[in-house]
Amino acid sequence: MNNIIKIAFRNLYRQKRRSFLTMGIVAFGVLAVLLFSATAGSFKNFMISEITDSMLGHIQIHAKGYVSSLDNLPLDKTIKAKQIKEMEKILDEIPEIESYTYRILLGGMVSNYLESTSAKFSAIIPAKETKVAPLLEERLLKGEFLKKGEILLPEMITKGFDSKIGDDIVLVATNADGSVNGQPLKISGIMESVVGPTGKYGYIHFDDAKSILRMNETEISEVAIRLKNFNDLEKVNSILNEKLAAIKNKKDQPFFEIHTWEKLSPFYNIAKMIDMMSMFIKIILIGIVLVSIMNVMIMAVYERTKEIGAISAMGTLPSKIRLMFLFEGLFLGVFGSVIGVVASLIAIFIVNISNITVAFGRNSNILLQPEVSFSQIVMTALIVILVAIVAVLEPAFKASKLEPIEALRQN
Amino acid sequence: MSLISCQGISKIYKMGEVEIKALNNVSVEISKSQSISFIGPSGSGKTTMLNLFGVLDKPTSGTLKVIGTDISKLNYVERAKFRGEHLGFIFQNFNLIPVLTVYENVEYPLIMVKSIPPKERKEKVLSLLDAVGMLDQKDKLINQISGGQKQRVAIARSLTTDPKIVLADEPTANLDHESAYKVMSLMKRLSREIGTTFIFSTHDPKIVKEVDITYTIEDGVLVNREERNN
Ligand SMILES: Nc1ncnc2c1ncn2[C@@H]1O[C@H](COP(=O)(O)OP(=O)(O)OP(=O)(O)O)[C@@H](O)[C@H]1O
Ligand SMILES: [Mg+2]
Repeated sequence: MNNIIKIAFRNLYRQKRRSFLTMGIVAFGVLAVLLFSATAGSFKNFMISEITDSMLGHIQIHAKGYVSSLDNLPLDKTIKAKQIKEMEKILDEIPEIESYTYRILLGGMVSNYLESTSAKFSAIIPAKETKVAPLLEERLLKGEFLKKGEILLPEMITKGFDSKIGDDIVLVATNADGSVNGQPLKISGIMESVVGPTGKYGYIHFDDAKSILRMNETEISEVAIRLKNFNDLEKVNSILNEKLAAIKNKKDQPFFEIHTWEKLSPFYNIAKMIDMMSMFIKIILIGIVLVSIMNVMIMAVYERTKEIGAISAMGTLPSKIRLMFLFEGLFLGVFGSVIGVVASLIAIFIVNISNITVAFGRNSNILLQPEVSFSQIVMTALIVILVAIVAVLEPAFKASKLEPIEALRQN
Repeated sequence: MSLISCQGISKIYKMGEVEIKALNNVSVEISKSQSISFIGPSGSGKTTMLNLFGVLDKPTSGTLKVIGTDISKLNYVERAKFRGEHLGFIFQNFNLIPVLTVYENVEYPLIMVKSIPPKERKEKVLSLLDAVGMLDQKDKLINQISGGQKQRVAIARSLTTDPKIVLADEPTANLDHESAYKVMSLMKRLSREIGTTFIFSTHDPKIVKEVDITYTIEDGVLVNREERNN
């Protein structure tokens, strides 16, 4: 075995330029894959955590049909006290859930007594909300986070109103029964504008919403859930689907509907596209490795036909001849990926220290902090090595099947 | 027992419609410890003959036994094993492995074909290199030595596995006269010392003087047998 490896190694060295060129091509492919998936991955993860940690949470629960009529923020499709109780029991028993919170979503008019505008509001329980959406407070541009009797307005509205922190405004909303009610609230903070085409999205306290909407009992529009580990998303999603299905509505259908952030954010499609592009680049890498290694090994077998004839005549078994070539291809793959991995790590390091930022949506400077996991490196290298072996199979078999007298006759 | 027993063998090459009868009903017995040459003009069938003796090819008809084994019954892998076990080869254009040193080339069959313990292996390789006078060149690569030296290395390599028969197809054709003479006398000496039977082919009548038995082959037929007592 040692000797086979030695011969394979020296044969690669014999064609130094060609071998290094092939390894270089393989390395370049590895670099492209790792650098792209690290950079795109960093962007993707940044965006996902922005979206989930500052707004959505990881998973949301609504009464059935709520999400499809989300634009109207309907107050007749709420979760009532009875279902809340049943649901809490289930949520409290799932260890993967870090925390959850309740929200009432409502549309309304805000007025500074001179002008008024319509906006959407999320009524939150501040202490719980910040556990589910820890980045929410960071979107506060000025002032302080919410207390009872206060309101957080998006920058868009406060600019239009020319209001400042501490000013009083009135929020007027239509109740579930169709009547209208209003309540004065104090501006405690100004928020970055965020979702939707208008960006008019503010926050009020849960208890204030209850009184504006004249709710006697607690009713909620949605439950937002944060997981301990983001990677448990699918697992918890299916647990919730299974357990909550037991709670039925009057039509004997499941009362709840459950959505992961993916179903709630348009960014999910972009995230999916990024994953698809990573996939394409990987497929291209496989093609590059396959073609370049196969090409160089077919050439090697052709050039060494006479040599193969001689060792075969001397009684070297076909399996050993095959191994010699397999090792050559394997080494091309292994060294190519090692060089590629090292180059990628250097490139990723350089991108990290050069503080490159990109703009996307309202985020004007997303700092690119590409990061590549050990498992990603290992996976990429393994793919390359596997493909290298596949690429060399045909030439190696061909070499091992040469008839020694034919091979020896070749010039 | 004869090393090679060949009865009425013919070898026919088919090239499309055309048939070429390279050997025609040849019978010959070769016994141990002789150096034997096949001499004849180009195209007479020498290489064909040696390929059959070397278990590299099968006869079209007739029976051929090499060291008691009917070679027409062996498959591809069994023939490779058989060659590794019993035969040595020397080629016209040396066919040493260019990426290995002189020492490693001689060692090659002992690792890749027949494996023996490292210590014994080393002794064997060194003593063979000494026997062919290449000990001082052992660490050179193949392209750093002359043709005559290459063929001496090839002789050492052919003997590492203690083959009963060494087949050499025109081993001196690529050498100048002096080197050719040295290579011939080396083979002759080793065949005496080690007890290996050398079978080779040549065009060169002068070289034939060095061997015990010479067969003349013409158009695929043995036409003469000459025994010499050197
Ligand atoms: N593979 C082959 N296919 C077809 N014909 C062949 C083949 N090998 C040999 N022959 C023919 O068989 C005959 C004998 O060839 P062989 O190579 O045995 O001669 P040789 O005595 O070794 O000649 P040389 O001295 O030129 O090496 C020749 O006519 C040759 O053309
Ligand atoms: Mg010939």
